[in-house]
Amino acid sequence: MLATALVSGLSLGSIYGLIALGFTLTFAVSGTVNFAQGSSVMLGAVVCHALAVGLHWPMVAAVPVALLACAVWGLVVERIAVRPFVARGTNSWLMATVALGILLDNVVMVLFGKEPRALPSSLADDPWVIGNIGIFPLQVVVPLVGLGLALLVHLGMHRTELGLKLRAAVENPDAARLMSIDVTLLIALTYAAAALLAGIGGILIAPVYNVAYDMGTLFGIKAFAVAILGGLTNPWGVVIAGLGYGLVEACATTWLGSGSTQIVTFSAVIAALVLAPSGLFGRRTRVRV
Amino acid sequence: MPTKFTRRQALVLPAGIALGSLAGRAAMAAEPVKIGLVAALSGASAKSGEGITRGLTIAIDEINAKGGVLGGRMLELVRRDDESNPVKGQTAARELIDKEGVAILFGGIDSPVSLAIVPVANAAQVPFMGVWAAATNITRNGANPNFIFRVSAVDVLVDRALMKYATTKFGAKTPGLMLVNNGWGESNLAGLTAAAEAAGIKLAGAEKFDDKDADMTPQLQRLRDAGADTVILVGNAAPGAQVIKSLQRSAWTVPIVSHWGISGGRFPELAGSWAGKVHFIQTYSFFGPQNDVGKQVLAALMKKYPDIKGPGDVTPPVGVANAYDAMQLTALAMAKAGSTEGAKLREGFLAIESYQGLIKNYTKPFTDANHDALNENDYVMVRYNGDQIEPVTG
Repeated sequence: MLATALVSGLSLGSIYGLIALGFTLTFAVSGTVNFAQGSSVMLGAVVCHALAVGLHWPMVAAVPVALLACAVWGLVVERIAVRPFVARGTNSWLMATVALGILLDNVVMVLFGKEPRALPSSLADDPWVIGNIGIFPLQVVVPLVGLGLALLVHLGMHRTELGLKLRAAVENPDAARLMSIDVTLLIALTYAAAALLAGIGGILIAPVYNVAYDMGTLFGIKAFAVAILGGLTNPWGVVIAGLGYGLVEACATTWLGSGSTQIVTFSAVIAALVLAPSGLFGRRTRVRV
Repeated sequence: MPTKFTRRQALVLPAGIALGSLAGRAAMAAEPVKIGLVAALSGASAKSGEGITRGLTIAIDEINAKGGVLGGRMLELVRRDDESNPVKGQTAARELIDKEGVAILFGGIDSPVSLAIVPVANAAQVPFMGVWAAATNITRNGANPNFIFRVSAVDVLVDRALMKYATTKFGAKTPGLMLVNNGWGESNLAGLTAAAEAAGIKLAGAEKFDDKDADMTPQLQRLRDAGADTVILVGNAAPGAQVIKSLQRSAWTVPIVSHWGISGGRFPELAGSWAGKVHFIQTYSFFGPQNDVGKQVLAALMKKYPDIKGPGDVTPPVGVANAYDAMQLTALAMAKAGSTEGAKLREGFLAIESYQGLIKNYTKPFTDANHDALNENDYVMVRYNGDQIEPVTG
């Protein structure tokens, strides 16, 4: 049972972590998050399905276009639902991003339909069998992609000029502006990157789940819980929290039964936050007066 | 000054009044009888709503072609989409009763939606006809008088049939249950537990899953470790497909017997290559020798719907067949009642003596004690072959 729980937990947990990385990126740079992140998950999967299944594009072409659509969507969210409200000093971006996500879900519902559809993949059809444990190749790919992207985000932030600018913008936006760093552009780019990460999550989960206009809602909520749990500002923390969340979820179902899954998982989240209010791997913010 | 009529006026006036009266009666006679349908017309179970619509439409076309009901009134179908949501279903039912003035409501695939409509229909004294949702307490709801009727399977009977099939076909001794986490799942948990006790076998366990669960391998592993030798599945198409994908992922080649919820959507597409492994229940199959009604209905379906080229294209057959027979029985009830008024129509259903239908020859289909027209003798076991539903042979 342990092996099944590990496979299931790590696979789903890395998807949660991947989506949650997007929250981390935007929060670190702008202090805001995209609550329409779940819709970005859905957009990646739906566009990929429309191109690969609907128009019979090869996956190598469908995936980049779907991810491009997600990145553009991230830019739209930032421009319409975040920037104007931040400029006015209000927190209304919270509601605006939620509203924009609902809007996208409903537009997709009209265009794509309400029926869930399958996104077939050779990586999710013929499982590898070890003893009485089966695993789709995709379930191995998903955690690898999750960890690889977390590494990429880390390296990007610490080893590139863009990363340096981003960190400068995080530390002191005004000083960064004085140094001719276009902070507004950087924030927009992080929103695009966050939506892109969510889109990758959507495309990876689609073959083992399915594609539907409302598929992102639950993933978005769980990913936000993971982001808070991981400490919001710490990419590695968020990825580890995602894996932990997935494992707790799978273990609760395996040993206590499906009726206990949500009770145990969210109780664990609350308990963890009581013990570590800034998240398990987050930095406590010091306010100097 | 008193009005004086000429001789011609004196003749023409009564004739005019008589003609006007006749015209008025003709207008009244022409007033259609509205038939309400509240079902999943979109979402994961959209195919169920389409099947029910087709069954009702074929029956209504037939009845109208023969002159309608109650001396020439045509039947008119008014549909509302409940989106598999009990609140939306209840609201739609109220609207159809209060605003559209429907004579009867037909229901869809989702038991939770039907269960939400039951008190509304009973309070308004408008008959509700279930043609898919199988929860036992839809018809056995404790209301007196009870306005709820059904031409469909009943969980408590389906559960006995599924258990019997699992034991005879697959030699099951410790079946495990995979049940959707809602009222329908609860209804079947009670029914399957009782059926197992009656059959003298022990259940390996009962696991639940939610409609949006992405991975059911932990639940299946629990059943596997508990020694389940067959899985009995109760769920609709999308989550049912997730159960099958999780089984495939676990490489657990256990026999799977299922309730019919999986046939209400794109199950073969969503479940992938293991879809054909599932043996599930239906009340009718358009394959094999058909009675006269079967031949006539299949011909009408092929004529009206170009996508139907043969029996395999009538999907889901249960929705089409149940709805067709239920509509014909409703027309008979209206004839018996001589009215579309709810209380009289209810009595009309109870007064039906016999009807040669598509599914069977009904004899006293409804009585005070039994509002379910079908029983376990009316079930057939089928499986998917590609997109088509075929009877299990061998």
